[in-house]
Amino acid sequence: MKNRTVLKRVIAAIGRFKILLAVSLLLSALSVVMTLYIPVLAGNAVDGLSAAGGVDFAAVKKALIGILVCAAAGGVLQWLMNIINNRIAYNTVRDIRNSAFKNLQRLPVAFSDSHPYGDIVSRVIADAEQFADGLILGFSQLFTGVVTIVVTLVFMLTISPVIALAVVVLTPLSLFTARFIANSSYNMFKKQSETRGEQTAYINEMIQNQKTVQAFSREGQTVSDFDEINERLRRYSLKAIFFSSLTNPVTRFINNIIYAVVGLIGGIFAVMNMITVGGFVSFLAYSNQYTKPFNEISGVVTELQNALACAARIFELTDEPPEVSDDGAVELENPRGDVTFNNVAFSYDKSRTLIKDFSFFAGSGKKIAVVGPTGCGKTTLINLLLRFYDVDDGSIEVDGNDIRSITRRSLRKNFGMVLQDTWIKNATVRENIAFGKADATDEEIIAAAKAARAHGFIKRLKNGYDTVLDDDDGLSEGERQLLCIARVMLLKPPMLILDEATSSIDTRTEIKVQDAFTRLMEGRTSFVVAHRLSTIRDADCILVIKDGRVEESGTHDELLKADGFYAKLYNSQFAR
Amino acid sequence: MFRLLRFLKDYKKESVLAPFFKLTEAVFELIVPLVVAAIIDNGIYAGDRQYILKMCGVLAVFAALGLVCAVSAQYFAAKAAVGFAAKVRHSLFAHIGKLSYSQLDETGASTLITRLTGDVNQVQSGVNLTFRLVLRSPIVVFGAVIMAFTVDPSTALVFAVAVPLLAVVVFAIMLVTIPLYRKVQQKLDAVLGKTRENLLGTRVIRAFCKEEDEISDFTGKNRVLTDMQLAVGKISAFMNPATFVIINAAIAVLIYVGAIRVGSGNMSGGDVVAQYNYMSQILIELIKLASLIISITKAIASGNRIQAVLDTKPEMTGGTVTEGDTRSEYAAEFENTSLSYGTGENALDGISLKIKRGSTIGIIGSTGSGKSSLIGLLPRFYDVTGGRVLVDGEDVRNYDLKALRGKIGVVSQKKALFKGSVRDNIRFAKPDATDEEIWQALETAQAKQMVLDKTGGLDFMLEQDGKNLSGGQRQRMTIARALVRKPEILILDDAASALDYATGAALNRALKNTDFSPTVITVSQRVSAIRNADVIAVLDEGRIAGTGTHEQLLESCEVYREICESQLERTVG
Repeated sequence: MKNRTVLKRVIAAIGRFKILLAVSLLLSALSVVMTLYIPVLAGNAVDGLSAAGGVDFAAVKKALIGILVCAAAGGVLQWLMNIINNRIAYNTVRDIRNSAFKNLQRLPVAFSDSHPYGDIVSRVIADAEQFADGLILGFSQLFTGVVTIVVTLVFMLTISPVIALAVVVLTPLSLFTARFIANSSYNMFKKQSETRGEQTAYINEMIQNQKTVQAFSREGQTVSDFDEINERLRRYSLKAIFFSSLTNPVTRFINNIIYAVVGLIGGIFAVMNMITVGGFVSFLAYSNQYTKPFNEISGVVTELQNALACAARIFELTDEPPEVSDDGAVELENPRGDVTFNNVAFSYDKSRTLIKDFSFFAGSGKKIAVVGPTGCGKTTLINLLLRFYDVDDGSIEVDGNDIRSITRRSLRKNFGMVLQDTWIKNATVRENIAFGKADATDEEIIAAAKAARAHGFIKRLKNGYDTVLDDDDGLSEGERQLLCIARVMLLKPPMLILDEATSSIDTRTEIKVQDAFTRLMEGRTSFVVAHRLSTIRDADCILVIKDGRVEESGTHDELLKADGFYAKLYNSQFAR
Repeated sequence: MFRLLRFLKDYKKESVLAPFFKLTEAVFELIVPLVVAAIIDNGIYAGDRQYILKMCGVLAVFAALGLVCAVSAQYFAAKAAVGFAAKVRHSLFAHIGKLSYSQLDETGASTLITRLTGDVNQVQSGVNLTFRLVLRSPIVVFGAVIMAFTVDPSTALVFAVAVPLLAVVVFAIMLVTIPLYRKVQQKLDAVLGKTRENLLGTRVIRAFCKEEDEISDFTGKNRVLTDMQLAVGKISAFMNPATFVIINAAIAVLIYVGAIRVGSGNMSGGDVVAQYNYMSQILIELIKLASLIISITKAIASGNRIQAVLDTKPEMTGGTVTEGDTRSEYAAEFENTSLSYGTGENALDGISLKIKRGSTIGIIGSTGSGKSSLIGLLPRFYDVTGGRVLVDGEDVRNYDLKALRGKIGVVSQKKALFKGSVRDNIRFAKPDATDEEIWQALETAQAKQMVLDKTGGLDFMLEQDGKNLSGGQRQRMTIARALVRKPEILILDDAASALDYATGAALNRALKNTDFSPTVITVSQRVSAIRNADVIAVLDEGRIAGTGTHEQLLESCEVYREICESQLERTVG
């Protein structure tokens, strides 16, 4: 995305807060004027001190009261401005974050399948945070900086145009050196973050597999590999940090020189009575204030560029085109559950055909088993049936309706699904079971849990059904699967999809779950994907998939008789 | 945190020089208002242009000296901080390598990763900033106060009131906001957790049509975060305006008192200006100090987290024995072994089992019956809490850890592979393995054809975690890796679960025909995976429910019979 486009988008996003924005700008301008008027008043007071014929107390008092008023007003204005800026920035980021998340719910499943989670999460969290920081800094410093420069210039010109000119000519010096240092340290920073990335990747890999590292006694080797990267990082970091930390001393040096020059010219002018002593004092104060915003602005510009880069990454997410819309699709209501595949063709990678010319009919209430060797693409059928992906060619029909003409919502409502990878929400057991039916009564939930044989272990949990589940709740993978099953048990949908649902439940528990499943599957069209052939022998039809194609299909007995791939698979299971 | 400072010991020189140069720079800055006062009193009021020129020259020299000092200080500070961080990172990484499995389980990988990356960076910038500012800011503030007293004690009394007042305001605001910022972080974590959870559950959420609920849940958490940020923002937005008002009020009082003293002839106009300048310096320095304190608080919190990891003493110290009695009848023996993970019931309770050299052993039992715990005792991933475990007739605790683990090849349920070529991954177990040895291991593991099919063969590059391989392919790679060292004992911990039956059966046949004839321990909950083993041990709730051959157990062991019936009746019967 081009910087300019991003900037336009950011402005559009902030545009909602037009009035606040205008108020903020006004406040900032006023507060700057207040702040900058104080040195003038202080100068007047100093002049009052050195008035001919002793101290002019009236003049001093007048100036001092002015300082107090300006300080109080400036303080209040600054405070209000800060609060408004916070409000604009945080609310803008909140909106952007919400729309990114909203879009995530509408994106095709293919998007989350093909993007690392960490990357998406870091866009929604870290990039948005960085963007907020950049916005706040931008508002509070960029604008005040510009106003400060302009107002200071005006004040300086009114006191003495000549000295003002000297300051104006000299300041770019500090800007150029700051820019020069930033540019030359940029390369070092780039190398530093590359090396840091390399090290983080190495750390990730080794720590996550620390047990394997230890099992093969590779601790020593990994530490020396780590040290090699660590040493490189140390050298780059040193250079990057040192070079970039030169900015402050060097610009401070140039500012100090400007201060000395102003002191010289101002002092001589004061002697020549071209300016008053108070004017001289104000001038010294201004020369400090005038150069400061330049440094800040160059810092803010870098910060803003960074913020824009972050914003671009979030916008990429919100711009990702959503799934084909459901408009004009019909609701699927109380289907019988006839499922037909008509010459379906599909592939994830369009250069390699996965499923081609696949036709199949599953009558209402039938149990269809899908088997095949590891990695043959069995789960693809699930992706197609629930429209996580759409077919490339041909069609899939439910009760004679092409599923693309049915709303995704009503289609999915009529399917119950248990996946191999269990997914448990960070919520109570009760909420997890009632996931598909938020208004389920306690009786229904407990009945579902009992049917899924989950009631026993749930009761043993610390807070029973109110136990909050998270990553380290101590549930075994088997118990998690029982919960997922209970979730479907509660819904009793007309069609079922079970993806190796029982792979990590021990066999004695499994027998009980199988009973429950058999009851659940009664009268429902079911698709079961399984490794173990034991669970599917009674299927009405077994689809044997090999290399993404249906190798053969039929009942268990028919397939054994045919003595093909299925028979080979089946016999290998009991080979001595 | 402060114990971490020992890692600075190689940078003693830098650690002293950095603050020293900063201090010198600050001193030059403190003299500047005096010079300006002199310019006003001796130059302007006296009309001495020569003097003004000379004094402005002095200002320029001070600026140059200040630059030299500042650059040296930045260099030494950066060198010490970066070197310090590198050392911390090294010790932390090396220390993690020494932690036992149970300690790793307890801490969790993600925590360790954040400590090695984010926390160390935080400490690095904290140390760097401390070197640069910790002496400078207080010195400038107090120096300015002291200088003010030397210029004129009675106007300086204004400083004595204003500076403590400023300190109170700044610290009070920080005291209130720091814990609140921690709360903001928690709310942010909640939003992060929600996003992560949502991505992981995409399919389930859509299958249950819960997108709208997820959105409103997220919007709610996001709103809580924003509200919290705004609330904290309101308080911290108070800091700069408050200091601004106090300083300027102090300036007004200062000039007023100054005016009275000038009027009575006790003070010069130049001195009043000097006091005014000192007050301005204090304002700038206080703002820097506040940001320093925030950064130091963060660094200390990070430092404490790092120290906590370094404080976990590695529980496992190896012995000295490198070789047991390789001719003893048993490759491994469990003698009345118990294991407790420290919480509640024993995971293993009084297990006695002798495993004959070169035999095949099956260990079966339901989830949570203690199968993985039992075999984890052999390579000392965990230490027994009762009884003992022998390998080649020697207690595992007497072995040098490397020697012990060299005897045992473990294929775990987690299919851990590394980014790198197939060759690198296999060599992980034996760094000097020849291609011939690697091919042999791959062949036994039923992975030869799969590797041949990949472009580049042994040079085929695996992505992190072997993501570009299927589950079954990854599993076969880990089996080949364990085999390449020709281990005396091969442990397959539910390793065949990702393999289809044909491949699993072929693997078992190939293992029988290896030239180093390992003792093979197969762990599974599937009868079919272990029914042909020489001896089968049935585990039930941490105890042995029976040992024997398949036929013997069918006769004698009820638990085994139950397991068999649950699996076989619907397949064979």
